[in-house]
Amino acid sequence: MSDITKQSLSELVENIKGKKLSSSEVTKAFVERSEKSKELNAYITEDYANALNKAKTFDEKPNLDLKLPGIPMAVKDLFCTKDLRTTAGSKILNNFVPTYESTVTQNIWNEGAILMGKLNCDEFAMGSSNETSFFGNVQNPIDKNLVPGGSSGGSSSAVAAQLTPITIGTDTGGSIRQPASFTGTVGLKPTYGSCSRYGIVAFASSLDQAGPMAQNVKDCALLQEVISTYDEKDSTSINFKRNEYSKELTKDIKGKKIGIPKEYRVDGMPKEIEDLWKKGIEYAKDCGAEIIDISLPHTNYALPTYYIVAPAEASSNLARYDGVKYGFRAEGENLIDMYEKTRSEGFGAEVQRRIMIGTYVLSSGYYDAYYLKAQKVRKLIKNDFDDAYKKVDAILTPSTPSSAFKIGEKTNDPVSMYLNDIFTVPVNLAGLPGISIPAGHDAKGYPLGLQIIGKAFDEQNILNIAYAMEDKINFKNNITDWWIK
Amino acid sequence: MSIDLKTIKHISKLSRISVDEKKAEKLAGDLNSIFDFIEKLNELKTDNVEPLTSVAETTLKLRSDEVKSKNLRDQVIKNSPKENEDYFVVPKVIE
Repeated sequence: MSDITKQSLSELVENIKGKKLSSSEVTKAFVERSEKSKELNAYITEDYANALNKAKTFDEKPNLDLKLPGIPMAVKDLFCTKDLRTTAGSKILNNFVPTYESTVTQNIWNEGAILMGKLNCDEFAMGSSNETSFFGNVQNPIDKNLVPGGSSGGSSSAVAAQLTPITIGTDTGGSIRQPASFTGTVGLKPTYGSCSRYGIVAFASSLDQAGPMAQNVKDCALLQEVISTYDEKDSTSINFKRNEYSKELTKDIKGKKIGIPKEYRVDGMPKEIEDLWKKGIEYAKDCGAEIIDISLPHTNYALPTYYIVAPAEASSNLARYDGVKYGFRAEGENLIDMYEKTRSEGFGAEVQRRIMIGTYVLSSGYYDAYYLKAQKVRKLIKNDFDDAYKKVDAILTPSTPSSAFKIGEKTNDPVSMYLNDIFTVPVNLAGLPGISIPAGHDAKGYPLGLQIIGKAFDEQNILNIAYAMEDKINFKNNITDWWIK
Repeated sequence: MSIDLKTIKHISKLSRISVDEKKAEKLAGDLNSIFDFIEKLNELKTDNVEPLTSVAETTLKLRSDEVKSKNLRDQVIKNSPKENEDYFVVPKVIE
């Protein structure tokens, strides 16, 4: 089968279970395609030889009752993988080899999947274009020199280019949904507390969530079912009844009430985004949903709130990188000099900028004015959603205020880069689940996404809405394999 | 509000990140534009709003004080940039 890499996860699972394909055949196909796709720079660390061996071992005694039987998969390099280098896209972790496995990846291997390698990302997941990675830019398979979004840019590029049938990313302010939108793929940010944070390199602990990135909604539901478990190793993991998301997936969303928040019509929003949103509303109506206008009055305050809360938590989380116990060390004249040089040479510019912002807003004399203020506004933003959900079951918005931009286009203006996350950040602040699905193209032919936001723990509902709308939208990605010589 | 070079030097010290003059100037520019953007929050009155510290509406769970993993010395030391037998090695601290 020459078209193995074109198959969706669900098709591959079915073919392996039906013994039409072996894990070795599938793994070999994705490894070969990944090897031919080095120009995309989607991988930081490749583990192909081990993957092929594991596939062989799987085939010798295949357990076909598993949910991901012998499926090869590359994951974002923010997940600690035992005995395989984990860098978080940073020089400071360039040589770090975890001695333990993250819960989310362990859940995936427990269901039979096989690790192919670690995917590129913005340094410590801080970025919206994958340009802050120590390991260089990632190319968007849609077009040369186009960013794949970020921070899960290697993940979105690899799924769109079919280097991996599916993957996982992490989302602190949009880092799954924005890159999914930029590459014509599906990305789900689950409810805070749904997927364990154990073993994920921490960025902003009250916002970070892992989630699936896939070619379609059904695959996304299947992976969410695998990764979402209660975990006592994460003190904010929540013990709620989790659905079998893929089994319970339905296109019947008749009578579901979908809210349209007027505040998401932001100044300067391109007409094609406005048009896409209108089209989305029509698709939702066609599926039998009821459309209701709602208000989320504090939407405009979400980004400023995020740029206090996230850097504050990051400055605290990243204090551990001091060159003493692991990671990069720069030699210094004394202990303090060693710390300062290690962090100055080991972190990139964006990470240093955010640590400095975070340190400042937490510092004596400024804590109340910034950090406490932001936590209060965060409460108002969450209240907005709580009020809206008295009237609606889900909320429909664009995923991003524009399509993918060129590499280098926004690197000199941090604020314009931050504006990319204007529609995704409020969802993290309120701890809600959100999914981005591809819904159309702009004039340049670049993909555009729509976001469906749900109530807390209501992943099934937004997956169902996405599943129904996906069918109506019938999106096709225009990928020409331009990077394969 | 304006963040001057003196403030940058102060934050850099608190952050344990060394900055030279050139980097300090660049950071001051960036931080000022970011804080201009953040100032928007002052439009809102929040005197009677409870701060939201966590969206996870659970209380921290207690667990029994049991050792679950032991003999991790080799694992703990494995990634150290510099070690001597069982210890992490750092530049001399006591004169």
